[in-house]
Amino acid sequence: MSEHGTTHDEVSRAATGTLPQRFDDPGLPPHVPRQADHDESAAKRAERQVAVMFGLSIVSTVAFLVAYFAVDQRSTVFFPGIGSTNAYHLVLGVTLALSLLMIGLGAVHWAKTLMPDHEVVEERHPLRSSDEDREHAVATILDGGDAAQLPRRNMIKYSLGGALGLFSLPLVLQVAGSLGPTNVSELAETLWDIPTEGKHAGKPIRLMRDPQNTPIKAEEVAIGSVFHVLPESLDWHKEENVEAGRAEWKGVLDEKAKAAVILVRLDPKDFVSTKARDWGYQGIVAYSKICTHVGCPVGLYEQKTHNLLCPCHQSTFDVTRDCEVVFGPAKRALPQLKITVDADGYLVAPEGFKEPVGPSYWER
Amino acid sequence: MSTAAAPRGAAPRGAAALRTDDPAVRPEPTGTVKKLGGLAGWVDDRTGVAKGAGHMLKKVFPDHWSFMLGEIAMYSMIICLLTGVFLTFWFVPSMGEVPYDGSYIPLQGVQMSEAYKTTLDISFDIRGGLLIRQIHHWAALMFVVAVMVHMFRVFFTGAFRKPREINWVIGTVLSLLSIVEGFAGYSLPDDLLSGTGIRAAEGFMQSIPIVGSYVAYFLFGGPFPGEAIIPRFYTAHVLIIPAILIGLFTAHLLLVMVHKHTQYPGPGRTNSNVVGFPLMPVYMAKAGGFFFIVFGAIALVSALFTINPIWAYGPYDPSPVTAGSQPDWYMLFADGGLRLLPGWLEIPIFKWTLSLNVAIGALLLIPVMYTLIGIYPFLEAWVTGDKREHHLLDRPRNAPVRTALGAAFIAEYFVLAMAGVNDILAIKFHLAINSITRALQLLFFVLPVIVFWVTKRLCLSLQRADRNLVLHGRETGNIYRSADGEFTEIHEPLDPYRRWTLVQHEVGTPLALGSTKDANGVESPLSKKARRRARWSQFYFRDSVAPVTPAELAAAHHHGEHDALPSAESATHVGPSEH
Amino acid sequence: MNALAARRRHPAAITVLLLLGLILTGAAYSLLAPKQAQAALASEDQVAAGKSLFLANCASCHGLNAQGTLSGPSLIGVGAASVDFQVSTGRMPAAGTGVQVARGVAKFDEEATAAMAAYVASLGQGPAIPEEAVTSGQGADLARGGEIFRVNCAMCHNFAGAGGALTWGKYAPALKDVTGRQIYEAMVTGPANMPKFTDTNISPEDKNNVIGFLKAIETQPQQGGYHLGNLGPSSEGLFAWVFALGLLIGAAVWLGSKAA
Repeated sequence: MSEHGTTHDEVSRAATGTLPQRFDDPGLPPHVPRQADHDESAAKRAERQVAVMFGLSIVSTVAFLVAYFAVDQRSTVFFPGIGSTNAYHLVLGVTLALSLLMIGLGAVHWAKTLMPDHEVVEERHPLRSSDEDREHAVATILDGGDAAQLPRRNMIKYSLGGALGLFSLPLVLQVAGSLGPTNVSELAETLWDIPTEGKHAGKPIRLMRDPQNTPIKAEEVAIGSVFHVLPESLDWHKEENVEAGRAEWKGVLDEKAKAAVILVRLDPKDFVSTKARDWGYQGIVAYSKICTHVGCPVGLYEQKTHNLLCPCHQSTFDVTRDCEVVFGPAKRALPQLKITVDADGYLVAPEGFKEPVGPSYWER
Repeated sequence: MSTAAAPRGAAPRGAAALRTDDPAVRPEPTGTVKKLGGLAGWVDDRTGVAKGAGHMLKKVFPDHWSFMLGEIAMYSMIICLLTGVFLTFWFVPSMGEVPYDGSYIPLQGVQMSEAYKTTLDISFDIRGGLLIRQIHHWAALMFVVAVMVHMFRVFFTGAFRKPREINWVIGTVLSLLSIVEGFAGYSLPDDLLSGTGIRAAEGFMQSIPIVGSYVAYFLFGGPFPGEAIIPRFYTAHVLIIPAILIGLFTAHLLLVMVHKHTQYPGPGRTNSNVVGFPLMPVYMAKAGGFFFIVFGAIALVSALFTINPIWAYGPYDPSPVTAGSQPDWYMLFADGGLRLLPGWLEIPIFKWTLSLNVAIGALLLIPVMYTLIGIYPFLEAWVTGDKREHHLLDRPRNAPVRTALGAAFIAEYFVLAMAGVNDILAIKFHLAINSITRALQLLFFVLPVIVFWVTKRLCLSLQRADRNLVLHGRETGNIYRSADGEFTEIHEPLDPYRRWTLVQHEVGTPLALGSTKDANGVESPLSKKARRRARWSQFYFRDSVAPVTPAELAAAHHHGEHDALPSAESATHVGPSEH
Repeated sequence: MNALAARRRHPAAITVLLLLGLILTGAAYSLLAPKQAQAALASEDQVAAGKSLFLANCASCHGLNAQGTLSGPSLIGVGAASVDFQVSTGRMPAAGTGVQVARGVAKFDEEATAAMAAYVASLGQGPAIPEEAVTSGQGADLARGGEIFRVNCAMCHNFAGAGGALTWGKYAPALKDVTGRQIYEAMVTGPANMPKFTDTNISPEDKNNVIGFLKAIETQPQQGGYHLGNLGPSSEGLFAWVFALGLLIGAAVWLGSKAA
């Protein structure tokens, strides 16, 4: 693509107008020797420096071994700039770091000061094989095919193709067929749905404080306060587990992940939506805490703006307007849980959510 | 085939001796050397390994700090493998609930998964366990950081060009796998923060059109969180992904061996040689030593700086959440994408729901981004029509459009990553999250364009500065006053070695815009395609600045320092005419 | 490090701490319970002193009778706890209006604060200043305090009480260097946009557990070195990019440079 001139006296050539298109590569610059190349004492000093670094590594390794046994695992130490910190961790870490670093620094220093620093040139060759080699490779493959009688034995060819094409199916089916259940309709069910059978059948479900697990009376909920709530039926779920001989906590998190609810009390005047107010009790309203975006708990309630904020992606919901989205990537409002009080004055949910809680999915 | 790089100096042990296979007179081996020789002979008798080893050990590597970035990645990965083995001895990937009975008082008696409990045990009750855990996590972060910076180096210097496109694609896959591996590992302790991440991941899966809920149920073994996801992540994290990572990484390294390392342009460095230091002994010591430096530095950081204090987050529970819920840095851009997408992208279709507000950020962004990265070498080759092998790197300024494209990509990535920390920015800089989000939504479209333009202009200016340096020489800082009172700064001409670096590059010429009509005046789809390609080629090569030619330098000398010199603009499009 | 600190993780420590807490709680209760009556019955002198301080420092925004104006809310019924929280954390008197009044240096001493609190408390029923027994964090069940904190507080104040952002520039402040009493008062009064956590929601005992948990995580030594601000993975990522990468590139530059 480019021409390479061979010029020696650019100025005189300029005069005659025969300068090349491009400069010439002057070749590698002359080697500049290092101190240690010509001064034996400098070389000796470099040797000592390297040896000191390797020596420090040995010392640090020994210090690590000693500290491993000698330092109390719970002891603390004040380290400037860091503050009070666990001494055991610090000593082990620093000695390990020094033991490693000193080997590395020593080796590199050795390479830099004492090993040859003349640059070496290695030629490159085009990567492409020669035409003969390519032809030879093609011929070998074709000959092999011929020798195996592949072109003539169509029955073998097609049956082999079929066998190779199908053999992985059992393996794929084994995995895909055994992965997870398909009862995705569960996504629309929560523990707030009133049980239709069993000893709790038809019973409205009390709202319980999370994590204290105590029922809530309406008068305990002051205006401007927020309660994090789980259904009473979570206890029933645990009881069932125990009765059925399962681990008590089996499936508890799965249920919590759908049933977590946030309860707030507003001055009834503050509601813009009458539905929000009517599904509540004297200004107390309950909404699903699971974000309709990707499912983080929407726990950040601002009592003056009545906004609920999700800490994961900042979707913001307005409690006074049915928890509709006022900012952020979510589209749908948080589902509201209808509440009232039972005979003892405790807040209860007389029916479950009217729509699936949590992130959107195709068939919701 | 190989020659001494320089006349032999005073040092008789010049490296040249290593490459010219002189029958140097060596003393008879004694002692340990003899025994080693015996062992090596035993091995060679059975493997014939000496044939290749001699050649391998003399392989030349060019020396430059930016060539060590890939090594940082490699070493961080090895450190992760070493420390990861340690962690598997105590970590139990189980989501079965147990009460905590270890020594960290603020969690005693709390219900938690066994995965979380055993991670606490590693942190507080296994001697040195916390140190290993922190080394593992810091090394993982550094692995992904180094992979990315290494990719930047390869991109901006054009090292991905023929014959290295395959290795670029392998590297792209490695980069993608590294963040998947990181996310899987980050999720394993089952703490409140990583559990929130898995919760979001389940939301992402549900956003897949039509089959989303089934995919989620398949992968989680039922409803979220279930008891299957941590064990499955564990298998992926310690078995499947590392196996693929190591396999691809080996191929990556083998290809580097086959291709021989690229080198920066400079005197004596051509497209058909490689100038540097031999593996034995210099690179062995430097690269081997660098492993210990990387390991030591990461150990030091792990000793002094906490990472992922899972005990502070508490066990995962779907009800609580913490302010500032973020993934590890390499997933911030995807999380940021989700924060910027508007909600109206969720579209109801009859009775179904299409959640594009989630799917675009969570499902499409990463595949699209990595596909673009992976095919870039092929796109550029198509635009430039360049089919030659390139072993000499570009100085980034000499490929202004590529450099500007890379910078625009980084700007876009940066906008998304900043969106991922918008709440942290809000609290640390006293801004409103809402304003930050709005600003970043705007910047997503605007910033890459601005950065592209600024970077390209910057590259062109730097090229012109190079031209001026070659033409005027170096400013010495010595100012003289002539007899008639004029001040002049003495400029010292560049020596040929320094000059070569500034003038060695070639300037490509854009493809000509042809007519869209064929010979018979009929609209031709073929030539339409050619025109499109030519337009891209114009875009790529427009404004390019040609290096100084000997004639220009001679003219500059002839005219003297005070006369007007050929401006860079007039030198535009003075590249070699034929391709 | 002293001997006591060194033994803080002794297996018996928790028992000792619990016993100590129980004794202290009992002692504190017996000492403080009668005082509550005194506190409630603030002397008329104190109320009068508080009123004059109020008129001089607060009335311009909150109105001459604390009835509230356009620039400040009514203080009738906010209780002594609210005044004590706002004044002792330096939020009030506020220098100007903004999205949210930031914490500052307290401008009044304890006596003056108590007087203003007594005056405001005299205007209407509201949360009283809580007793030492439930604000010291002594004898707290740390695990339970932690669970309550994570469910009720961490979403705004962050897992370690480092603070977090709310909408439109509002924020939940960091919970470092605040007294147990201030934490308690914030919970019962709900300053700014913080919701109220009345004693009927989280019991005084559980509030004390939360305070104990916060004090414990604030004062316990760091386990694995500097905490990088307790901001989660974002500060770790920044550190990796700037500091760790800088360190390694520095080493690479040294490695690639020619020796002298």
